Amino acid sequence: MFAAASAAILVTMALVLSRALMGPTVFDRILAVNSFGTLSVLLISVYGFLTDRPEFLDIALVYALISFIGVIAVTKFVKFSDQSNVGDS
Amino acid sequence: MEMLYQFLSWMFLGVGSTFIIIGAIGIIRLPDVFCRMHGAGIIDTLGAGLILGGLMIQAGFTLITIKLGFIYIFLLFTSPAATHALAQATMLAGVRPLTNIKNHEKSTSSKT
Repeated sequence: MFAAASAAILVTMALVLSRALMGPTVFDRILAVNSFGTLSVLLISVYGFLTDRPEFLDIALVYALISFIGVIAVTKFVKFSDQSNVGDS
Repeated sequence: MEMLYQFLSWMFLGVGSTFIIIGAIGIIRLPDVFCRMHGAGIIDTLGAGLILGGLMIQAGFTLITIKLGFIYIFLLFTSPAATHALAQATMLAGVRPLTNIKNHEKSTSSKT
């Protein structure tokens, strides 16, 4: 059963990645990468059960935290990117 | 009783997998960036909840269940925050949602 869940999560990752590649705006891509992060947390948890090693759950928890911070950082960067003064003398 | 737990765990994992595929189909096929956030929300709440719930039933009453509960609680708190930040950034950038209202302001639509 864990193998079936892992296969479903991998299929979903491929679908979400296609939205990240073809999204017309940058916000589609940020949304797709956020979902990809959540799916990778699920995949790590299911893989930990599949190989009977419960230590993987710690990795999943840490990655959930890191990916949330990353999405917020990228969103902030895109939001304020028109106020940068890189082009000034 | 053991059979019931195993059956319940299989059901949760199966239905959770179905829901994340449905969420991914939503992210691909919905017409607007704001609509696609619904699909992402399905993956974060229902999909993650059912899959982690199925794994919790498999683990029984051990520390593993508490860790899985922590992962799910964290996902419940952070995915609405991230989605709200993204939606606010999208509105501030000038992307307007797809509506049927006539004469609605339609700068940079994000339709595929």
